[in-house]
Amino acid sequence: MKPPMIEIHGLHQSYGRTPVLRGVDLTVRHGEIFALLGPNGAGKTTCVNILTTLLRPDAGTVTVAGADVVREAGTVRRRIALTGQYASVDEFSTGAENLRMMADLAHLPRRAVRHRATELLARFGLTDAAQRKVATYSGGMRRRLDLAISLVGDPDVLVLDEPTTGLDPASRSQLWEVVRGLAADGTTVLLTTQYLEEADRLADTIAVLADGRVAALGSAAELKALVSGEHVRVTFDDARSLAAARDVALAGLAGLDAAETDHRSLALTFPSTEPVRTIRDVLDRTDAGGLAVSGVSVVRPTLDDVFLALTQHPAQPVQPVQPVQETAR
Amino acid sequence: MTVQTPAAPAAPPPSTRRSPDRSTRRSAPLRDVATMSRREARRSIRSVDGIITAFALPVMIMVVFVVIFGGAISGGTGDYIDYVVPGVLVMCLGMNSATAATAVAQDMTSGTIDRFKTLPIFSPSALWGHVVASVVRNLASAVLVVAVALALGFRPDAGPAGWLGFVAFATFAIVTFTWVSAVLGLVMSVDSSQSVTMIFLFVPYLSSGFVPVETMPDWLHGFAENQPFTPIIETVRGLLTGNLETSTLLAACAWLTGFLAVSLVAGSLLYRRRRAR
Repeated sequence: MKPPMIEIHGLHQSYGRTPVLRGVDLTVRHGEIFALLGPNGAGKTTCVNILTTLLRPDAGTVTVAGADVVREAGTVRRRIALTGQYASVDEFSTGAENLRMMADLAHLPRRAVRHRATELLARFGLTDAAQRKVATYSGGMRRRLDLAISLVGDPDVLVLDEPTTGLDPASRSQLWEVVRGLAADGTTVLLTTQYLEEADRLADTIAVLADGRVAALGSAAELKALVSGEHVRVTFDDARSLAAARDVALAGLAGLDAAETDHRSLALTFPSTEPVRTIRDVLDRTDAGGLAVSGVSVVRPTLDDVFLALTQHPAQPVQPVQPVQETAR
Repeated sequence: MTVQTPAAPAAPPPSTRRSPDRSTRRSAPLRDVATMSRREARRSIRSVDGIITAFALPVMIMVVFVVIFGGAISGGTGDYIDYVVPGVLVMCLGMNSATAATAVAQDMTSGTIDRFKTLPIFSPSALWGHVVASVVRNLASAVLVVAVALALGFRPDAGPAGWLGFVAFATFAIVTFTWVSAVLGLVMSVDSSQSVTMIFLFVPYLSSGFVPVETMPDWLHGFAENQPFTPIIETVRGLLTGNLETSTLLAACAWLTGFLAVSLVAGSLLYRRRRAR
């Protein structure tokens, strides 16, 4: 098995007296798509800046393919490419000029510069726009050019800082396709995002960053398992039925101790390990008690639940989160 | 009813192998500076503002001073033109270099700077690109301004050595002015960076460039005689008229060297720390 592509140990960073990263440890495997998920201010961009040699960490070590980002910054820069939050393309240049410039800066052999630019323009569907100034490009086209530019030097690691912020849904899913294709080719991708769907759909491994720490780590499925599993939600026609069901008819049903009563929508929600069987029990018992049930459903946790549980109510006793063991794929 | 689906560009086909065009050379500082210089040249040439600032404005200033003010200032355009051309030239070199401040500030506010800093390139090459492009643009502009001055009746006494000295000294001044501007661009916003032009537009007025210092009010003498633009303009004047005083040249070179050294150090340090806002 190949050694990890990125290793982060005990990373600390403060801006003045404000701590931004308070001990981050992460490992990114070769060829995986790794998502750093977190709300604004969680420290995602700070991680990216340290990883891409833009910022020296206060404490801790970061290595990319074994090279230290501080002591061997030059080696790291040859292996990574950054696509930042702002599209960093020259508006006054054409798409082709932007790519040729980056090919020159990547020190490609001179005869290869034009060829590489043409190839990447074709690959990202920008051949028709190649001779137009970037100022005339749409947001999605700029992002694609931005990504194409990152790939000029054929990086081993691609770092994407909020790659789809501000894109429309079509451009977004298109970009996801591109990123998947790159990973399939063997490029390791580390991306930051505040979109749960993006992490869910794209990433092999997700680290939830909150208050400068890794609050949870694992695949999307593993993270979802962290918030207490599936729930059964029963809604009633009226408040009296709800109260009667909770206190009498359903009393003693597994999970009911932990039930949450929503008086507005007249719903009772409680955890269940066997939701189908629970639903059958609920219907049997409410029928027997003559109670009016208007609906029954199984509620599955989404990454939103994980995200909210981990980032919004740190005081609330969410399960003390242990990093989920990575499963070999 | 026909439903028109937007023609979504096809998702790029994943390439199946690594490109054979991986970078070969570890470092290539000259190539990096050349690439960055071409980038800046492109920005200058494609910006209407840039063209106006670089070429139209200097010519207009020259015409204003010679044709409009010249008569009133000296009672006749003949002598004044020989006096004022060096002042106008230096002012134009400064203003023209000052556009680097805005260009640098723009790079700082877009993500461009972050990308450049994560590349395995000679790191100050982005700033040197501004300097090289500025030297080329400024010298071209200077040629135009001198041509207009000659057409208006400017008759310098300089021989080939004087002109050569002028080109060398002007290049030195442009490099310095551009570095100062680039450093200011590193610390200023795009909007405020445009005021750098005003420094180069107004400070020369308070020198011996346009009217002799003796004609100014007493309280200005101290500043006008000792500010850097006075020896710089006097050096240009000396080179073009053929009677350059060594002390003036030394004073000008000392000022320029000092500003250049400070800007080089400050620029390199700031650039290393600076990230996109």
